Amino acid sequence: MEFLNDLKDQVSTAYELLAAGWGVQLLWGIAWTLAVTVVSMLIGAVLGSLVAAAKLSHRGGLRFIGESYTTVFRGEPELLIIYLFYYGGTQVLTGVARSTGSIGSTDILSMPSFLGGVLAVGIISGAYQAEVFRGSFLAIHRGELEAARAYGMSAWLRFRLVIMPQVLRLAVPGLGNVWQLTIKDSALISVTGVAELMLTANKAARSTHHSLLFYTLAGILYLVMTSISTPIFDKAERYTSRSLLRPK
Amino acid sequence: MSANVAAAAQAAPSSGETPAISVKDLRKCFGDHEVLKGISLEAHKGDVISILGSSGSGKSTMLRCINLLETPDSGEVRVDGELIKMKRGRDGHQMPADIRQVERIRANLAMVFQSFNLWSHMTVLENLVAAPTHVLKRPRAECLEQAEVLLKRVGIWERRNYYPPHMSGGQQQRAAIARALAMNPKVMLFDEPTSALDPELVGEVLRVMRSLAEEGRTMLVVTHEMGFARDVSSKVMFLHKGEVDSVGEPKEMFARPPTPQFKQFIANFNK
Repeated sequence: MEFLNDLKDQVSTAYELLAAGWGVQLLWGIAWTLAVTVVSMLIGAVLGSLVAAAKLSHRGGLRFIGESYTTVFRGEPELLIIYLFYYGGTQVLTGVARSTGSIGSTDILSMPSFLGGVLAVGIISGAYQAEVFRGSFLAIHRGELEAARAYGMSAWLRFRLVIMPQVLRLAVPGLGNVWQLTIKDSALISVTGVAELMLTANKAARSTHHSLLFYTLAGILYLVMTSISTPIFDKAERYTSRSLLRPK
Repeated sequence: MSANVAAAAQAAPSSGETPAISVKDLRKCFGDHEVLKGISLEAHKGDVISILGSSGSGKSTMLRCINLLETPDSGEVRVDGELIKMKRGRDGHQMPADIRQVERIRANLAMVFQSFNLWSHMTVLENLVAAPTHVLKRPRAECLEQAEVLLKRVGIWERRNYYPPHMSGGQQQRAAIARALAMNPKVMLFDEPTSALDPELVGEVLRVMRSLAEEGRTMLVVTHEMGFARDVSSKVMFLHKGEVDSVGEPKEMFARPPTPQFKQFIANFNK
């Protein structure tokens, strides 16, 4: 009985805290987390396709660059990359600004935290997306590419009409995976001061001393985000691979 | 359009006419293995040339050299009199000098493949319209109209909105032939079009090919179908170990094989 009463107290405290403003802050945190993830995914998609193309290239130099990219950015801790971009970026920006005289010799030009964060997470996401795109390209039936050549399609037409649609179709399941990774990586950029879900939960936990409550809540919210994306990607997969499924 | 082709086919090829395809002294090695040892061939408008040979004789490679899916090591290919320009790459291998020219010529040489190679993410109708609209830059409405006519002709109009993986091999190959026809090609290249089909599906594809031959299309057909070679084609070419062993009138060739190799080849088929 006492346990139940305890629980009731807990729930009402949680309700009071959320109503007192932390609830809205957490919602903003979710919005920022999604914004960071979406922008990082887009940066990653651009980088990932370029890197995949480099890895598939006939030229040794390009292949080497592509290989190095995926090896480095999948092999280093994410947090290190984020510190490197944020603090390293600040140092570089400050150096450049001081030498051109745009700021005083003791001023600091810091890397914008959102930009630094999404660049770092986007670059990491790009390394994983590159592998997804490369695998998808290799899974395209070679004969279809040959047919595209035989019908006089230029390299650009072959890419646009045959390669890209098929790579996207084959990449959807893998991209779903990268999306989940990227949501989780987005929590790391709380270190740069972007008020996404992790940072907000942290702030709430510290200032209210209700760590258990806020970290559990944040954990549930992350789980909701990652698990909602699963059926969405499933649906996208069913749509993009409709030509391979049994007709209705 | 088809009337024109038929009329052109009836006119006997005069000696002065430019051949639709002219291949001279084609050579090709894969590593140390010389697959083509100097092959020459001439196809005039309306010719249906069956190219026979056992596997490894170089017949598919020869066909693929004509539209530059394989790059010949030496020799020349002319389409409608136009020489495909080649140059030497840095590694000493021959390569096309002008890729735009190759793309333009390929669009005139529609190819039908052994494994169909329809674009699997497009419906049949989209397969027929893709290259004519994007490569030949013809208006989409016109291409769609022609595509429907062609699909009716090869008997799969009801399947126009199907994706290729949902159709039988015979239907896919007929769709692939329609895709080739949609280019209004000068010459059609068939690379073993019935070899990947179940025996009961071969007939429907051969019927379509026979009707194309009858309307005077220019066709180069790499095949193992002896019946088609003997009854439908206007010329038979037999390749043996990368060389042209014999060429001739089909009836004559089959009745009196000119070389022991060809005799042996057809004897193996009749077993």
